[in-house]
Amino acid sequence: MKGETLPKLFLIKNGDIVDPANGERFNGSILLKNGKIEKIGKRISAPEAEVYDTGGKVVTHGFCDLHVHFREPGREDKETLATGADAALAGGFTQVCAMPNTDPPLDTPESIRFVVEKGSDLSVKIHPIGAISVGQHGKELTELGAMVKEGAVAFSDDGIPVMESGLMRRVLEYTTLLRVPVINHAEDLTLKLDGQMHEGSWSTRLGLGGIPDVSESIMVNRDLELTAMTGGRLHVPHVSSAKSVEWIRAAKEGGLDVTAEVTPHHLFFNDGNLHSYDTNFKVAPPIRTEEDRVALREALKDGTIDCIATDHAPHTIEEKEAPFDWAPCGMIGLESAFGAAWKVLSEAEMELEQVIAALTVNPRLAMGFDENLFSNGREAEITIIDPDEEWVFAAQHLCSKSRNTPFIDHSLKGRVKATISSGRLFEQ
Amino acid sequence: MGFLSKKHLLGLAETPRKDIELILQHASSFKEVLDRPIKKVPTLQGKTVVNLFFEDSTRTRISFELAQKRLSADSVNFSTSGSSLKKGESFKDTARNIEAMKIDCIVMRHPAPGAHIHLTHYVDSVVVNAGDGTHEHPTQGLLDMMSLMEAKGKLDGLKVAIVGDITHSRVARSNIHGLLSMGAEVTLCGPPNLMPVNVQELGISVNYDIDEVLVWADAVNVLRIQRERQGVSYIPSVREYRDLFGITRERIERLKEPITIMHPGPINRGVEIDSDVADSENAIILDQVLNGVAVRMAVLYLLLGDQPEAS
Repeated sequence: MKGETLPKLFLIKNGDIVDPANGERFNGSILLKNGKIEKIGKRISAPEAEVYDTGGKVVTHGFCDLHVHFREPGREDKETLATGADAALAGGFTQVCAMPNTDPPLDTPESIRFVVEKGSDLSVKIHPIGAISVGQHGKELTELGAMVKEGAVAFSDDGIPVMESGLMRRVLEYTTLLRVPVINHAEDLTLKLDGQMHEGSWSTRLGLGGIPDVSESIMVNRDLELTAMTGGRLHVPHVSSAKSVEWIRAAKEGGLDVTAEVTPHHLFFNDGNLHSYDTNFKVAPPIRTEEDRVALREALKDGTIDCIATDHAPHTIEEKEAPFDWAPCGMIGLESAFGAAWKVLSEAEMELEQVIAALTVNPRLAMGFDENLFSNGREAEITIIDPDEEWVFAAQHLCSKSRNTPFIDHSLKGRVKATISSGRLFEQ
Repeated sequence: MGFLSKKHLLGLAETPRKDIELILQHASSFKEVLDRPIKKVPTLQGKTVVNLFFEDSTRTRISFELAQKRLSADSVNFSTSGSSLKKGESFKDTARNIEAMKIDCIVMRHPAPGAHIHLTHYVDSVVVNAGDGTHEHPTQGLLDMMSLMEAKGKLDGLKVAIVGDITHSRVARSNIHGLLSMGAEVTLCGPPNLMPVNVQELGISVNYDIDEVLVWADAVNVLRIQRERQGVSYIPSVREYRDLFGITRERIERLKEPITIMHPGPINRGVEIDSDVADSENAIILDQVLNGVAVRMAVLYLLLGDQPEAS
């Protein structure tokens, strides 16, 4: 496990404290006692405390990632709960939601309990998301209620879209009882076919099978309509297209209670980056055009999209060394998340407070987690950031077991300097 | 290092006009060798070429092999296809093992687009693309241009139609890039559900009316048609395809000006093209096949040769 155990009294001094839950920003200090928040204020005197002088860096809530794949059980060669937790910690995350497409999938109360128990003493909090359907086969509902009792925080067949509208309706209806969100990977598979990348000028040139943007937006629109009909709670993962943004924006304007996330890679890259057939760019949904990228950024700015989530998806070297058509979808993203997102969003003149909110308070509210982290007596979840540091991302920055990221060698802006989580301090 | 501006021949999209011109010039010289009683020159003696075919092919493989033998290179064939490709040794390991035996060049056909770019990351040998999925087939594009050049005397300003399934055609992509570099005009024709999105951005026109296209064109390159691909239906029936896009005898007879007929093979007679048309005097389909050997000799020589050929 990464990081060192916190001393009994620990004073974070000289911080630019950003509290996104209460909309406050001030220069001050935070005193921790036994890993819990003892006091937050402009000036705190604690002569016995060990002092961490941030030198004016941003001190804020620990990030919360609604979308990670930690591969345990089944593919521990790619990632384990422990290595995934360390990668999260390095990226400034203190809570993550783990998708159920493990082997076997998290489709029973017992498998949810396995993740909760195995994750209980790790460096970050891991919340399992349960499968919607048994075996993720899209047919029979899982024991949703029993899984919530064991700790499932949401439901998703992630990786596999719920193609059957009737099943989507039934899970949205049923979960009104449980008050947890349903997360559907929106891609109409009959439009995707054997598509490998966004369908557009680049797929035409590269001869790779195309996945049209409407394969996503059609299903997003269906899910929004079913949500309005059932009163269910929908969270739209990894929005990739301008068309989907338009449907979500219209639904929110109509008063629908829906949330959405975007990944740093969809904010950072466009389909032109696939020109060299680098399989690290192969993700689902695919990286789309520059127009889509700009639309996603604007949607995050205007609140249509609430959260930044990584879709951290580890794969082995040999799997990603396959020809493009056969390589699996996904890239890892925890360690590079803030630097990648802040680089493109600061260039687009988004406020730091708003970007932090998209990584902290917004995802916690979307899941119904406690979001008021800077309250006395609460276990400390703190991330310390230097938003001005420009750095080149490299393999040595990875704590994940896998290395499938195209961010290597890219220059990023803003760096997580330290993370406090589970009574431990991790410093870069 | 060879005589072209790049180490490998991966596609015509990134091959500059001067390289294409050089290849076509040398191909004409090598074609003369093929008319000699002894059809062999010592140009690539001592060079070793491996033909790595991960997809079924008869004519392209034979054509490359003959080109290698005519140039006195040593050649070895490796063929595999189907499920063994995904389950067995990785493509990287296969390539590295072969290269460890000291070779100079890999000619590869692979069903996955872009596989050749990956191959250049794994080996130091010169890589020649003999077809990568639905991406490019550069030597086919070159032999088509050589054949057009012979039939029409020029490429600059020539009007060329490509008819059929454009989306899944590596032949179409290589022809488009090569012909545009050489100053030709290209119009595509075929079912709209087999026309790639934004294809006009490559610098070509699209016209779905085959009769208009045939009136416009100096030459037509007819692609092989498959009704289904991986269980997905694109073309309702052969009858309907012939009716809307087929290069039929009636259509060709209606034309006032003769049109040059090309086909990359293998031909589905009676489907995309009538036998009468394929065997007519305006068809240069067998010239394409012969020119294939000459073009591949030129490519191998220019990539692997030590001294410029006196021509």
